[in-house]
Amino acid sequence: MSASIASSTVDTPRKIAAAKREGNGFGATQLLSWALPVGLIVVWQIAAQVGWLSSRILPEPWAVLRAAWNLALSGELWTHLGVSTGRAASGFAVGGGLGLLLGLLTGTFRQAEVLLDTTLQMVRNIPALALIPLVILWFGIDETSKLFLVSVGVFFPIYLDTFHGIRSVDKGLIEMAKSYGLSGWPLYRDVILPGALPSILVGVRFALGLVWVLLIVAETISAQAGIGYMTMNAREFLQTDVVLVGILLYALLGKLADVLARGLEKFWLRWHPGYQ
Amino acid sequence: MQNNPAENTQVKNAAEAQSGKHGRGARVAIDGLSKSYAGREVLKAVALDVKPGEFVAIVGRSGCGKSTLLRLIAKLETATHGEVAFAKDADGRQPGFEPETRIMFQDSRLLPWKRVLNNVALGLPKAALPSASQALRQVGLEERAGEWPAVLSGGQRQRVALARALVHDPELLLLDEPLGALDALTRIEMQQLIESLWQKRGFTAVLVTHDVQEAIALADRVVLIEDGNITLDQSIDLPRPRARGNPAFAQMEEYILSRVLQHPANAPDSALGDVSLQKTVNQVQWAI
Repeated sequence: MSASIASSTVDTPRKIAAAKREGNGFGATQLLSWALPVGLIVVWQIAAQVGWLSSRILPEPWAVLRAAWNLALSGELWTHLGVSTGRAASGFAVGGGLGLLLGLLTGTFRQAEVLLDTTLQMVRNIPALALIPLVILWFGIDETSKLFLVSVGVFFPIYLDTFHGIRSVDKGLIEMAKSYGLSGWPLYRDVILPGALPSILVGVRFALGLVWVLLIVAETISAQAGIGYMTMNAREFLQTDVVLVGILLYALLGKLADVLARGLEKFWLRWHPGYQ
Repeated sequence: MQNNPAENTQVKNAAEAQSGKHGRGARVAIDGLSKSYAGREVLKAVALDVKPGEFVAIVGRSGCGKSTLLRLIAKLETATHGEVAFAKDADGRQPGFEPETRIMFQDSRLLPWKRVLNNVALGLPKAALPSASQALRQVGLEERAGEWPAVLSGGQRQRVALARALVHDPELLLLDEPLGALDALTRIEMQQLIESLWQKRGFTAVLVTHDVQEAIALADRVVLIEDGNITLDQSIDLPRPRARGNPAFAQMEEYILSRVLQHPANAPDSALGDVSLQKTVNQVQWAI
């Protein structure tokens, strides 16, 4: 009895100290990762206030914030944000969905690989943005052309990583599952798909980053709404602060997409020692 | 493992081992079995008859074809010539009879994305989860049912793999060096576990191993494959459980090991005198 009390009194402070150390370590790294962007903003604000930077080149952060606030109040920001997010989501869904499907197809069936892979590898080497003139000729300058551009760009990373994921599933596990009577869809669902998932998610993460790059270009060329349209419009009226709001919005959205992709990895790969 | 088991325990355990033969073991009849890879003959017209409920160990040096033989029995590969036939009982063959066969591999081959219990229940309907957790209890890992395989030790993973094989109540259990990657203590524990489950269930077991001691500890018969041929078929009549310190055990081990090493078999007294030979035998017994 006394021994157990003694051990618990010894244990508790040690545990608390360990927990504290852990908590502090976490906080410190969090702070450190934000030190550079915050520091840059401070330097920028000072430079603008002292007069080193003309507001036509780079308005002070405070002015950018005010511009963002005004845009948010007028509701303009939310419409553009909504339109852009809608384009990104639909383009990702179409391109990513097709990439996943074709990747699964060519990864699973040798004949499909023979039939499709050479063509796809050729098309892959054409930069999606090189298609812009053709796309405008085909679809004009409305939504279809933007959807097409984003879909094409997103398709290939997901296609490639799905194909690679399916092909690199541990053959030993497939052999084992077959000898345990699994075949067809159960084999696919229980062994092949989960085995390919880490690789597929790498493709998803890469594609989510690419979505915004493609969308920026597509929206700057011609649009009636969207963040790209907002910035191009602001450029014509020399509203540098609004241009900066648009640029920072892209950065924010890109970061959000990355957080989303990480969340998916954390959930779906929670069995994986590398993601715990 | 007692060093000197009492006479009556020996008899009782021997009787238990015998009663295993009335369980649901399948007969394996192998005839003229050959297998070539790219023109190189790995197995050369091998013939082997495994009685229902028998425990046969296949030993041999690396690359002798012992794993190929097991994979052929498991139908993971197709033979170049000859056939593997199965039957429900010792007399005759039954064309088309496929016993419930399960394999344990050297690596546990657990699905890392399924929790331990779901790994054991692989290929079973959802309603069979209770029997899966019972199989886990038999290998002593019931409390780890909800864990990911990644957090288990090598020995625990192999125990889960054993539970996964046994939950199907196999008539034929094929063991492809399942203990090869485990440490010596865990090996002995696993050997005892496999032996006791085999005695309880009465399935036919074929074990491929490079460890002669393991083969003698577990098997009714030790088969040596050299260069694609069966060159020794030695029945082991030692009472179970088999104590490794037992002189008869040591003598058998000495005999088979020296046979594997292509040394002429020594008479027991001269082997005791020849220390240099014993030394080499002890040094290489883990390696072959």
